[in-house]
Amino acid sequence: MQSKLAQISIVVCILCVGLVLLAYTPLSAKSNAETGRILKPIPDNTTKNWSTADHSKFDALNRDFETGAEVTKACLSCHSEAESQLHDSIHWTWLSPYDDTGDTGKAGYSVNNFCVSANKMNDTDCNKCHIGWDGKNDGINCLACHGQADIKWKDDFNDYEFFKETGEMEIAEEIQQTIRDGVKVISLPTRENCGTCHFNGGGGEAVKHGDLDASLAQPKKTLDVHMGTDGRNFECTRCHTTMEHRISGRVYSTPASAHRKSLVEDDLVPKIMCESCHTSEPHEQGHKANDHTDKVACQSCHIPEFAREHPTMTWWDWSKAGQMKDGKPYMEKGEYGRYTYKSYKGEFKWEKNIVPEYFWYNGSLTTMTIKDTIDPEKPVRVSWPVGSSDDKDSRIFPFKVHRGKQPYDKKHNRLLAALLSSDVDGYWKTYDWESSITRGMKIMGLPYSGELGFVETAYVYPTTHMVAPEEDAVSCRECHARSKSRLANLSGFYMPGRDSFHLLDLGGWGSVIAAMAAVLLHALGRIFKNRIKKEN
Amino acid sequence: MSENMKHIYLYTRYERFWHWLQMALIMILLVTGFEIHGLYTLFGFERAVDIHNYVGLGWLTAFAFFIFWIFTTGEWKQYIPTTKKLFSVIRYYGYGIFLGEPHPVPKRKEAKHNPLQRLTYLGLAAALLPLQMTTGILYWTYNYWEAWGLDFLSLAIVALIHMALAFSILIFLIIHVYMTTTGHTIFAHVKAMITGWEEVEPTVAIEEWEKAA
Repeated sequence: MQSKLAQISIVVCILCVGLVLLAYTPLSAKSNAETGRILKPIPDNTTKNWSTADHSKFDALNRDFETGAEVTKACLSCHSEAESQLHDSIHWTWLSPYDDTGDTGKAGYSVNNFCVSANKMNDTDCNKCHIGWDGKNDGINCLACHGQADIKWKDDFNDYEFFKETGEMEIAEEIQQTIRDGVKVISLPTRENCGTCHFNGGGGEAVKHGDLDASLAQPKKTLDVHMGTDGRNFECTRCHTTMEHRISGRVYSTPASAHRKSLVEDDLVPKIMCESCHTSEPHEQGHKANDHTDKVACQSCHIPEFAREHPTMTWWDWSKAGQMKDGKPYMEKGEYGRYTYKSYKGEFKWEKNIVPEYFWYNGSLTTMTIKDTIDPEKPVRVSWPVGSSDDKDSRIFPFKVHRGKQPYDKKHNRLLAALLSSDVDGYWKTYDWESSITRGMKIMGLPYSGELGFVETAYVYPTTHMVAPEEDAVSCRECHARSKSRLANLSGFYMPGRDSFHLLDLGGWGSVIAAMAAVLLHALGRIFKNRIKKEN
Repeated sequence: MSENMKHIYLYTRYERFWHWLQMALIMILLVTGFEIHGLYTLFGFERAVDIHNYVGLGWLTAFAFFIFWIFTTGEWKQYIPTTKKLFSVIRYYGYGIFLGEPHPVPKRKEAKHNPLQRLTYLGLAAALLPLQMTTGILYWTYNYWEAWGLDFLSLAIVALIHMALAFSILIFLIIHVYMTTTGHTIFAHVKAMITGWEEVEPTVAIEEWEKAA
């Protein structure tokens, strides 16, 4: 009895203390104002420059530069570790640091269904996107990622050299001034810097990803809530964080992150994922969407369509390449003003506002190399999502699937890497599959039987950019629907609204109709008998 | 049918309230449930799910009060199943009713359910409805199965049972509503469920086995 009394009095005491504290809370806030301390709110710094250095004030940069290598040398005079760091990064090596065999990567044996292979960097056109001044031959080009002046550096250095040699010093000096001004405009990489390559992969703007194209250079919030210039104006590096010039993100088969944690749980995660900031329960408390986050990736609902501004390529058929008009190569434009045929590349299809294809995905992709053998009887999955409905780490994720037809060796059942670039007398100059493939495969160190075929292939891109505003998110019914469900192709699990047991539905409605019929007959019988009774 | 019918107070205020509340809840659950199942669009999927969840939880809570009521009042005895006269009741609805025969087990305060009703309502209140609520709760708490050690369950099976029971309830509803018209007038039973007062033939005596208490 006494202990009960004690318990009650403790509870009462706690309640009283709580009430007193509550009563004092607003007062304490008020007292600050009474003492006259008016504190300015912290300004919103998202669009400000975070740097502590102004490169235009650096002596190392206040001089003439005659070559790209000279610029790099100036950069390295302060940034002593930058070069060795970069030489260790995939942006330089073009080889996956996660594959010890050295096979995976553009500089290795990796293939896609665009230009197929860079032929170990011998297909020179591909090297336009390498961060060196001349492929891996002439040192790193810091300006590729950090330069903010709108200058074609290699052209300017060439022009400068030309006019200097020909003695036209006035023009040479003008070019040098442009160079001198340009090297001083330095910052963390912007969307334009990354976009130089990542918006233009696969041989042109908006070809590859579908969720990464030039429309993201200066996007509206409606196109991308994070990068929107009328919103938070995120640069790529806001999420793709960097350590020692290694930029986080998926690398071929290797997931961008092994786990999904909020920054509250672990603020040193190398890659910012949706959950990092939004947590795994981002919706209002009790909302069913919170229950989905273990099985459905944020992107699945919040990127209802990709390629919303610029159309992206969905089909590339190399088998159609080589057709001529009047004996000459030609090009044709289609619906979106994009090329649908080029003699030197084949047939293309472009689409806009594309509803993604959804697959179970654990963050990893299967990626093929040219060494792999294929089954030409069915479409070859050059890359494909890894995951399944019963894998705890897999979630339903949206993808762009790029399909097409590409050369393969009918005898060896391997994809073929033709040499393409005109510089090296590739297919784009010769229109000769035989020689371009033979030379291309020789570089790869693989045999070519001479039996050329074309096989249908598919290549996937996880869709993660172009996150739409909240109100544009995919509605429940677009997936939880009997017909035309976005997830119609996914099986192995029961999904309310989409799935049903046909027999049960049939039996159920049959019984309901039978019950109604029985009731109706019974009622008619009663009415009929009543009439007879009354008449009698 | 005799002219001077006897009025008996058969359904208490709570019982009538419970009956109509449950009717409303079940109707809403059927309408939203079949919408979620993809049969038609009325509220929209998201709202239909919300309504279905809240009404389902409401039903569960109200049902707990009903269970409390039925045991504290001793009314549970009205649901004790019997086969006595069961077949004469079945015969009556299948045949005698057309000839104008009297009901073999007329309603009395102490025995408001005939043997067929006892069996049906017991089946509903003790098996079908609780099972529907259980599968509903499981469906609703799907995300906690793993934490609760229930991950041996399959959503497909739970959904299958929930759906099959929904059909059963709908079929019950059709027959139940029709049966209300079989009183001495078409709306006699409905009226009784609203006012609580049922009109019965004065002459028929209730037998000992029928008495609830």
